Amino acid sequence: MYAQLVETGTKKLKTLEEMGPQERAFQEKVNDEIKIEPKNWMPEAYRKTLIRQISQHAHSEVVGMLPEGNWLTRAPSLKRKLQLMAKIQDEAGHGLYLYSAMETLGADRDEEIQKLHDGKAKYSSIFNYPTLNWADIGTIGWLVDGAAIVNQVPLQRTSYGPYSRAMIRVCKEESFHQRQGYQILLTLMREGTEEQKAMVQDSINRFWWPALMMFGPSDDNSPNSAQSMAWKIKRHSNDELRQRFIDQTVPQLELLGCTAPDPDLKWNEETGHYDFGEIDWQEFFDVVQGNGPCNRERIDARRRAIDEGAWVREAAVAHAEKQRQRRQAA
Amino acid sequence: MQNVSQITRTPLTEYLLRLGDSVLVLGQRHAELCGKAPALEEEMALMNVGLDLFGQARNWLTYAAEQINAEQAGSELDADALAFKRDAQDFRNLLLVEQPNGDFADTMARQFLFDAWHVPLLEGLAQASDPRIAEVAAKSLKEATYHLRRSSEWVVRLGDGTEESRARMQRAIDNLWRFTGELVQFDEVDQAMADAGLAPDAGTLVARWKATVEKVLEAATLSHPPFDAWMYTGGKTGHHTEHLGFLLAEMQYLPRTYPDATVW
Repeated sequence: MYAQLVETGTKKLKTLEEMGPQERAFQEKVNDEIKIEPKNWMPEAYRKTLIRQISQHAHSEVVGMLPEGNWLTRAPSLKRKLQLMAKIQDEAGHGLYLYSAMETLGADRDEEIQKLHDGKAKYSSIFNYPTLNWADIGTIGWLVDGAAIVNQVPLQRTSYGPYSRAMIRVCKEESFHQRQGYQILLTLMREGTEEQKAMVQDSINRFWWPALMMFGPSDDNSPNSAQSMAWKIKRHSNDELRQRFIDQTVPQLELLGCTAPDPDLKWNEETGHYDFGEIDWQEFFDVVQGNGPCNRERIDARRRAIDEGAWVREAAVAHAEKQRQRRQAA
Repeated sequence: MQNVSQITRTPLTEYLLRLGDSVLVLGQRHAELCGKAPALEEEMALMNVGLDLFGQARNWLTYAAEQINAEQAGSELDADALAFKRDAQDFRNLLLVEQPNGDFADTMARQFLFDAWHVPLLEGLAQASDPRIAEVAAKSLKEATYHLRRSSEWVVRLGDGTEESRARMQRAIDNLWRFTGELVQFDEVDQAMADAGLAPDAGTLVARWKATVEKVLEAATLSHPPFDAWMYTGGKTGHHTEHLGFLLAEMQYLPRTYPDATVW
């Protein structure tokens, strides 16, 4: 997912009575599930929050290419290489698509990317974890894309039209990636050598908790949620989505024949859900604040690509200008 | 396990390996570019071209493996075995495609010099009397035509862009020029294929390559060293530059490290 901590800039929820006529009309539309479109009036805080949320999501797609790119040159067969490259290409596409949705709100892609490079914008902290063995490519597809889907499926009904439409398209491709990722793990576990199976368990051990953290802080520590829910740019609480993810993932984990690094994970007959252990929230906030294993590397890599490409973009602009002048002169 | 270095080579298998290895190695260079493009749109385009190249490699190498298996009793090779288990001296790719990515000008100059050759080659192969070659070539040609359009546009944009981009693109062309001799130099394998009606003859291919290069470089306001300048050759017969070993070490790392693994 991709927007695990989005500041809304609001202190408390207003009631309809407290709103002015424009805001009230806006909120009633949202309540009636009518999509807000770029030219419609919207509260400034809604616009700003959405820009933050969509840009975080777009940045996540682009930064998310890096841990996978780490194995693209070492993908072990032509089929896996083609699959992984296609997945990474899809992610670049999602990034572009989401930046475009964000620009309908009056934001500028280059400015938002600059904020990312300056360390002022967030992106999903899962991508600050390293990919250390080939099975990580399967695990990212299965757990990370899986968690993203659980987050994003409800966002297909989000109140902002362009974002909602982007999510519909993104979700389709993410489901495909998730199945592909799981297939990698299943192949290694069912037909692989002991060394290959060990890669899978090692990978799950490292990615399990960070994947659960993708849903953001627990509900009692999520001050911006109420406003985002009222605006319907968030449709379920963090804990609710996290539980949904765990409930659907544990049977898949068992089918693999692997275990989760959580001794408290067990089925609860009474609640009809899996119980699970306490997340290390200190680690979560450390990574969000820039102190994860790969935060520096990820941002440096993005910054380097754009900085080192500056002369290319300048040349493209200069050439287009020359062409324009030639056409005028002709 | 079958020793992939001990395969017998007929002109056809040798030629299929040349075709497959060149696009495989160039595809691998694209894989290295992931996350490094100067803009997100270019990121997509680079991955797109890389995907095309790996797909073509799979098609050529699958056919090569089938041919080798048919010719050699007990051989059970597939495209992956050829891609991931052969040593550098068994690779038959052009020296041009194994050259490092360098900056964006180096990457695009390499791509353009290759595409300008690849398109007329595939046009010829699409007419081959062997239907399998014709089919793979026809599919690849659609992709290569787009690659050539894109790389030509970048050569022109950078050549006729800013002072800096022009200097970089000129330097890239000058540096890579010595590897272009192999594109147009026909050896006995190329000739045997042409004689058998399986590949285009030298005359057409060379003329088309030169014409495209001259046209695009002129539009880019760039020059090029003479066509008869000294050329560095050997890729087609397995004599590579130092770069290929590293590229293969990375690409083949997993299958080589876990030789007992049969699936991935």
